[in-house]
Amino acid sequence: MRQELRKFVIDNFLYGKNGDSFADDESFLEKGIIDSTGVLELVAFLQSRYGMTIQDQDLVPENLDSIDNLVRFAEMRIFEKQVQ
Amino acid sequence: MCGIAGLLNADGNAAEPDVLLRMISMLRHRGPDAAGVHVDRNVGLAHARLSIIDLSGGAQPMHNEDQSLWITFNGEIFNYLELRADLQKNGHTFATRSDTEVILHLYEEKGPDCVHHMNGQWAFAIWDCKRQTLFLSRDRLGVRPLFYTLANGAFVFGSEIKAIFACPGVARELDLTGLDEVFTYWCTVPPRTAFKGISELPPGHSMVVKGGAVTTLPYWEPDYQTEPHLVDAVKERDYAEELLGLLIDAVRIRLRSDVPVGAYLSGGLDSTLTTALIKKFTDAPLRTFSVTFADAEFDESLYQREAVEFLHTNHQEIRCSAGQIAEVFPSVIWHAEKPVLRTAPAPLFLLSRLVRESGYKVVITGEGSDEILGGYDIFKEAKIRRFWRARSDSKLRPLLLKRLYPYLHNIQNQSDAYRKAFFHINTTQEAEPFFSHIPRWQLTAKLRTFFSADMLAQTSSDAGYGAVRRCLPAAYSTWDAFCQAQYLEIKHLLPGYILSSQGDRMAMAHSVEGRFPFLDYRVVEFASRLPVHLKMKVLNEKYLLKQCAEGLVPPSIQHRHKQPYRAPEGLSFMHPSARDYLEDVLSPAQLAQDGIFDPAAVAKLVAKFRSGAAIGIKDNMGLVGIISTQLLLNQFVNGFEARNTSHETRVTQVCH
Repeated sequence: MRQELRKFVIDNFLYGKNGDSFADDESFLEKGIIDSTGVLELVAFLQSRYGMTIQDQDLVPENLDSIDNLVRFAEMRIFEKQVQ
Repeated sequence: MCGIAGLLNADGNAAEPDVLLRMISMLRHRGPDAAGVHVDRNVGLAHARLSIIDLSGGAQPMHNEDQSLWITFNGEIFNYLELRADLQKNGHTFATRSDTEVILHLYEEKGPDCVHHMNGQWAFAIWDCKRQTLFLSRDRLGVRPLFYTLANGAFVFGSEIKAIFACPGVARELDLTGLDEVFTYWCTVPPRTAFKGISELPPGHSMVVKGGAVTTLPYWEPDYQTEPHLVDAVKERDYAEELLGLLIDAVRIRLRSDVPVGAYLSGGLDSTLTTALIKKFTDAPLRTFSVTFADAEFDESLYQREAVEFLHTNHQEIRCSAGQIAEVFPSVIWHAEKPVLRTAPAPLFLLSRLVRESGYKVVITGEGSDEILGGYDIFKEAKIRRFWRARSDSKLRPLLLKRLYPYLHNIQNQSDAYRKAFFHINTTQEAEPFFSHIPRWQLTAKLRTFFSADMLAQTSSDAGYGAVRRCLPAAYSTWDAFCQAQYLEIKHLLPGYILSSQGDRMAMAHSVEGRFPFLDYRVVEFASRLPVHLKMKVLNEKYLLKQCAEGLVPPSIQHRHKQPYRAPEGLSFMHPSARDYLEDVLSPAQLAQDGIFDPAAVAKLVAKFRSGAAIGIKDNMGLVGIISTQLLLNQFVNGFEARNTSHETRVTQVCH
């Protein structure tokens, strides 16, 4: 999942370039990787690829603003779904 | 309105009429009614005419009484009747009724200072035989274009770059720094253009060419010595009345024409007000024109219809589709002569075609109002960002950000945390002279991602905004922050994109002349003295103009939120109409050969559009920017078709 998310971010926001220019814990916002629609693109990807249900209150940097945050957020949601 | 071209061989070689004919025939779209060439030894002037004032007597190049001065002129001097009366009092005799001849006599009287007396939109060149100097000038705000180059011992100029390229020996090559500037500022910073060695005479500048020496003379610059802030209701009414009075006069003199004048009607406050003011002065039924879109996100036809019903105009509209945008885009770039990041010029290209087909040559529009009277969201955004930093305790702050860009759904659907980040609330750049523009420029400069390694190596990112910084006036740092933002818009985006790629070039593609009451220099100078809170009161944009418009426009238009003019962007190019040229200009082989963009990154971007996932500003500006750059290369560098669609041309030659 980590690799897949990383590939999505690189392909989708950096058009395949500079794949090594950010670390897993670095902020997309601070690195200038994501713009205002980028967040919505990320959400669309999480929903379609992992079947995640995402609410408005989930749209915060703590969930979406680095590879680490994305992985944590996605794993947590998938776990919650399994528990239910 | 017309096209001009010419050259001066500094080495003394004779100017060849054939070369001038070739140059001026590239500008036939600007002036289809007649053409003329005048040659005086090493100097040649050429003119393509769109007859608007003095239809029978205004042929150009034109000379004064003793033929010591010759002029080729594109534009209008709206106060020519007043100037003419003054000149006649001083003993000048006139052979025509044209405004062109007024410039000649004014130049006789005042020399280069003549421009201070002129109220209008112009680009002209005067050959002064006695002094052996060529004098060129461009209007204060850059409504009319003027480009030049020095090549093989010759000074060569023209209304459009294509005329200069038609002169033998002029190299055709992209200017990579100019290109890079477009991918930050949305326009080049004059005198630089998108082509190497080709310069633009900046707005508000004149120029003298004598022998091989070229001297640039700045004569006008926006200035913001604003009046004191404390304004009571009476004083506010006085300001509104004065503004309305100036606008009425600006419209009145812009109706001077020997052909009928129409108007663009966008459905916004500005063009509705200018149209309302025209109605005050013409009894004849007024023709108005507008663009509508099938896509509700861009369409303003409800407001347009409301304005038409309110003002009783005879209205025509053109419904613009994504397919049409794709279809005309190569022609749009042929006329714009620089890359663009938006498709917005394309509908205006279609609109001017409609105007021309309806038999009209002149339209009045509301352009310039947002810049001079504070309408743009970038002004509002800067104000909110400043407030955010200053008032960390205010609970209003998240709500304020929501007030920005109400028409951009992607911004509206964000959480406060993200919205805050996107508006750069965390930056510590408040003291920066470009505080207002940094978010836009930073976002745009991200498009450099698409540049090839080669291109990146040859253009160092202008991260300090040196190109713009270098031309800031000394007083800039003393101006109110709101005015600083206005200055940046008026100095760069207005002439570099709005009035050119979206303005003159799109209108003149179909021989249509735009006239802009808000850009009358008296209105501009009045507006720049206004206390800033009368432009934007709290977050109410164009506050004073809305007071002026009371009763003149429908209330819903008077009070509506500013919606910037936009058109369907990158997705347009997925339409079959673009297939023919897109495969050509975006092929990996072509991209690699041209060397500007990274073929793999472009392929990923195109794939993103094909999958329907490209929704971002960066995706859209990127694709439009890449396609327009490649079309520019295609039509001007890799291939260039010298179009010899010659008019019947009058050639005059001085015999020595």
